[in-house]
Amino acid sequence: MGGYIPSTAEQREQMLSEIGVSSVSELYSDIPEIVKLKRPLRIPKGISEQETYRELRSIAAKNKVFPTVLRGAGAYKHYIPSIVKYIAAKEEFVTAYTPYQAEISQGILQSIFEYQTMICDLTGLDVSNASVYDGASAAAEAVAMCSAPKRMRALVSSCANPEVIETIRTYGFGSGVEIVAIPEKNGATDMDELKRLADETVCCVYIQQPNFYGILESAAEAGEIAHGSGAKFIIGCNPVSLSIIQSPAECGADIAVGEGQPLGMPLSFGGPYLGFMAAKDALLRKLPGRIVGQTRDVDGKRAFVLTMQAREQHIRREKASSNICSNQALCALTASVYLAAMGPEGLREAARQCVSKAHYFSAKLCEIPGVRLRYNGEFFHEFMTDLPVSSEIVLSRLEQNGILGGLPVKGAILWCVTEAVSRKELDMAIEIVREACASLEARKES
Amino acid sequence: MELIFEKSVEGRCCALLADSDIPEYKLKESLLRKAPLRLPELSETDVSRHYTQLAERTHGINNGFYPLGSCTMKYNPRINEEVASWPEFTQIHPLQPRSTTAGCVEVLDLCEKHLCEITGMDAMTFEPAAGAHGEFTALLMIKAYHNSRGDSGRKKIIVPDSAHGTNPASAAMAGFSVVNIPSAADGRVDLDALKNAAGPDTAGLMLTNPNTVGLFDKNILEISRIVHKAGGLLYYDGANLNAIMGIARPGDMGFDVIHLNLHKTFSAPHGGGGPGSGPVGCKEFLKKYLPHSVLGENASASSIGQVKAFYGNFLVVLRALSYILTLGGDGLRIASENAVLNANYMMAKLKGVFDIPFDGFCMHEFVMSLEKLKKNAGVSALDIAKSMLDNGMHPPTMYFPLIVHEALMIEPTETESRETMDEAVEVLVNLYKDALTDSDKLHRSPYATPVRRLDEVGAARNPVLKYSFS
Amino acid sequence: MNFPKELKYSRSHEWVRFSDDAAVTVGLTEYAQQELGELVFVNLPDVGAAVSVGECFSDVESVKAVSDVYSPVSGTVSEINETLLDSPESINKDPYGAWFIKVQGVYETEELMDAEEYRSFVEEEENR
Repeated sequence: MGGYIPSTAEQREQMLSEIGVSSVSELYSDIPEIVKLKRPLRIPKGISEQETYRELRSIAAKNKVFPTVLRGAGAYKHYIPSIVKYIAAKEEFVTAYTPYQAEISQGILQSIFEYQTMICDLTGLDVSNASVYDGASAAAEAVAMCSAPKRMRALVSSCANPEVIETIRTYGFGSGVEIVAIPEKNGATDMDELKRLADETVCCVYIQQPNFYGILESAAEAGEIAHGSGAKFIIGCNPVSLSIIQSPAECGADIAVGEGQPLGMPLSFGGPYLGFMAAKDALLRKLPGRIVGQTRDVDGKRAFVLTMQAREQHIRREKASSNICSNQALCALTASVYLAAMGPEGLREAARQCVSKAHYFSAKLCEIPGVRLRYNGEFFHEFMTDLPVSSEIVLSRLEQNGILGGLPVKGAILWCVTEAVSRKELDMAIEIVREACASLEARKES
Repeated sequence: MELIFEKSVEGRCCALLADSDIPEYKLKESLLRKAPLRLPELSETDVSRHYTQLAERTHGINNGFYPLGSCTMKYNPRINEEVASWPEFTQIHPLQPRSTTAGCVEVLDLCEKHLCEITGMDAMTFEPAAGAHGEFTALLMIKAYHNSRGDSGRKKIIVPDSAHGTNPASAAMAGFSVVNIPSAADGRVDLDALKNAAGPDTAGLMLTNPNTVGLFDKNILEISRIVHKAGGLLYYDGANLNAIMGIARPGDMGFDVIHLNLHKTFSAPHGGGGPGSGPVGCKEFLKKYLPHSVLGENASASSIGQVKAFYGNFLVVLRALSYILTLGGDGLRIASENAVLNANYMMAKLKGVFDIPFDGFCMHEFVMSLEKLKKNAGVSALDIAKSMLDNGMHPPTMYFPLIVHEALMIEPTETESRETMDEAVEVLVNLYKDALTDSDKLHRSPYATPVRRLDEVGAARNPVLKYSFS
Repeated sequence: MNFPKELKYSRSHEWVRFSDDAAVTVGLTEYAQQELGELVFVNLPDVGAAVSVGECFSDVESVKAVSDVYSPVSGTVSEINETLLDSPESINKDPYGAWFIKVQGVYETEELMDAEEYRSFVEEEENR
C-alpha cells in the first residue's frame, strides 16, 4: 500500500478491535452522510515512486534552463557554493518543526541566533527577526510596524520593485494604511517630491537600494527628509550589495528589509526565498515573527530559545503585531551557511564582481550604435538600456543561444550581471545584441 | 557549543569564486560601506563541522516520533526532495518567457486541479507562503467581495475561541474586528452563540473542521446556513484536512474559501519553521479576487493585488504534487483513514489513564487534559512533555487549544507504526505513574538532552538577540 | 497574602490609591501578580490618554501569556511609571510599590472593595 503507511492489514484489524469498532467508517460517524463524498476522488490512482519520478521528469523537461542569466528584477542568479546545498539538505534541519521544544532544538535555535547576528551585521541595525516569507512581504510588514493612528500614510518610492510596491499596497488594503507613490526622476526617487509629500500624517518612507532600475539612490537624503517629518525610514536592500555599499544604518534607516534569495538560494521559479528584517532597538517590540534569544539552562550552560513570544499571534491573537507563524527558517539557515562559507572577503568579492561585470557589460553594450543607458545614475549590478530595435527581437536571439536576456521594462531592457557570469558569456551576449541591432538596421536601410 | 563567530580565525577562508577576468570598476567613495563586516572567517571544514554539530542538536521527524498536534508531522518522502532539487526546477527564473516555463506552469496547474478536487473548490492560488499568509489572503478576498457589492459595513469576523491564534490575528491584519464566540461543552461551535453573533455586520466565520480539539463539527451545515443567511462567507482553515481527504470536502460543507497547509497535509517538510505553502482555494464567485504577480501574470481588475513576490513557494508546491501523484486519489483517502485510525488507537490506549475531555471518536488528533494530575500531584502538561524528551520523543502540542486546561494534543499521523505508538503510550503511562510517586523527578526533567530547562524569563526580560563582537 | 488596608480593590485585581493631590494611582494586586507568574514586559498607555471604567489600559506579559489590565476609574492619565518598562519584575517583587498609572480628573469610579472584602473575594476565586 502507498501513502507511506507502515501498519499492515492485520495490525489495522487489531487496532480497530482495540478501539471497539469493526471498520474505519465507524470512526467517521460524526460526519453527516449528506456531506460525505460518495465517489472516489477524480485523481489518478496511486503510482510507484519510480513512476512518479518518470512522470515528473517529463514535466521537468518542458522547462528550459538558461546557462547564462542576465535577468534579475527581484530574483538573482549567484554562484552557490556546494557546501550550502549539502548542509541545507541535512535531514534534521529539513524535517524539524518550529523549535518550540528548546531542549531538543538547540541546533536550529543557534543557527537562527547566528543568522540574526549576520543580518544585524550586514544592515548595521540592532535587532533581526528569524525571517519572514520574502522581501516583498518583509517590506509590507515593515510598513505595518510604522503605522500609528495619526500616521496612516506610507510614502513608497516608485522606483521600488513593482512586486514589492504591489505587496505593500495589498497589505495596506487590509490595514487601512494609504500607500502614496513618490514619483521618480531620471530613474531615481524624486527628492523634491518626497520633501513635498512628507508631512505629519506620514508613518514611513520606503525606498529600495539599489532601486528596481539598478540605480543607487541618495538614501541618506531620503532618510533625513523622512525623519524631518517625524516618519520612520525603511530601506529595502540587496544583501550582497551591503558588503560594499553603505549599510542601511549608515543611511539612517530605522528598518532594513530585503530579499535574501541572493544569499545561496536558487531561482526556483520564484520561491522559496527569504524575507529578512532588521530594526533599531526602539522598534524591537514591533518586529513581527519569531526571535531567538540567548539564555542559560538550569545547569548554567549557554542555550537559545524562542523569546518575546507574547508579541506573537499564538498568545496575543487579534492584538498581535502580525499573524506570521511559519516563516522561512530553512532559507535563513541556507543564507547563514552561504555567508559563513563566503566570509567577509568572499561576499565583498562577489559584490565587486557584480559591479565590475555589470559596468563592463553596459559599457560594451553602449558601444553598439543606438544602444544607450536609459538613466545616468551610479548603479550596482542592474541597469536599463534603450535599444534601436524591439527588445523582443534581441531577447529571442539571446534565447536561441541559451542566454536569458534582461527584462523588458518601460520600453527598455533591465539587465542584471552577477559574478556568476563570465567575461566570455558577456562577450557572446554583446555580439548577439550587436548582430540583432545591426541586421535590423541594415534591413531598415535597404 | 561555540558560536560560529567564536570559531572565526582572521584570514581563513574558503576558495569559492573564480578570479574576475574583468577590470575592477570602482564605485564613488561616498557610496561605500564604512562599517566593518564581521562575518565569520572559516575554512570549509570548519563550516561543515559546525553545521553538522548543529544538526546533531536538532530533532527532526527522522530522529523519532513527533506527535505534535495540529502540525501533522508526517514522514517527508525523499522522492519529493529529490524532485525539488532538479535544475529544471531550481534554475528557472520566475520572469522567464512563458514558452520556457511550461513545466513549472504545469506543476502549478496540476496541483491546483487536484487540490480543487480534494477540497471541492473551483480555483486556487499558490502565492501565500504559509497557512497564516493564506488566511490573510482569503480574508482580503472576503473584504473585496463585500466591498464590490457596496456592502462595506461588514467589518466583523467571527472566530471560535478554540481557533488557532493565527485566525484572529489574520482577521485583524485584514482590517476586521474579531468576534470571539465560546465553544459549546462538547468542544464544537455553540450554535446559539453563533446565531447571536451573526448579523448584518458579519463578514464571515473562520472555522477549522475537524476542529482544534480533534472533532468533526457535525453541525457544519447548520453553521453554514446561519452564516450565509446573515450574508457572511464561510472560511475553512485547512490545518486539519489530513483527517478527511477523499471522505468529505470543505466545498460540500458550505465553505466559500479555504487555505491549505501543503507542509502539513501534503507531506512537504517544515524546515525548522518554514518554508511552508498556504494555497487559497475558492468558489467560482470569488475567483476574480485571487492575488496575482504584477510582473509575471495577467491581472484581473478585481484582484486583491499580491501578497508576496512572484507565485509562492514553488518548490514546496512541487513536493506536494509529487506526493499527490504518488498516493493518487485512492491513496489520499487511505492516508486519511489511517491517520484517524492511529489517533483513535492511541486515544483508546490512553483513555483509562489520562482524562479525555470530549466523548466519542476523534479525527486525526485528540486532546488530553492533565488538569487533575496538576491538582493532585502538582505535575503539569509541561512536566510530562519535558520528560518525554528523555525518551527520544518529541512531545505533543502543549497548552493548546486554550479551552482545555493543561492540554496535551496528540497527532500521530498515518506514517507511524503501531509499534511506535505502543512505545509512546507506554512512555506516557509510565510518566503518569512517576508523576504520582516521584513528581520532583518530572519537575526537573529533561536530563539527557543537550541542554536542560532554560531560563525563559531571563531571556525575555533581558533580551540577548545577537552575538556581541568584542 | 498582603492586601494593604489603605487601598481599594477591583474585581479584576487592580488596586487603587486615592490620595489628597487629586490623582488616583492604579496597580496590580499581589494576588494578580502571583497568578500571572513572572512578568517579562509591560505595555503602558501614553500620558494624556483617556481611561474609562472597565476598559483595558495596559497589558502585562509573562513568558507564555499576555493579560489585560483594566481601569477601575475614568479620567486622564497624568503620569506613567516608566521604571516598569525596564524592570517588569518589580510588579512581582513589590506589587504595591510598582504602580502603573496615575489618573487625574476622575469622574467615575467602579464599585470597589476594601481590603477585607477583597481578601474574601480572592479566597472564593481560589476555591473555584
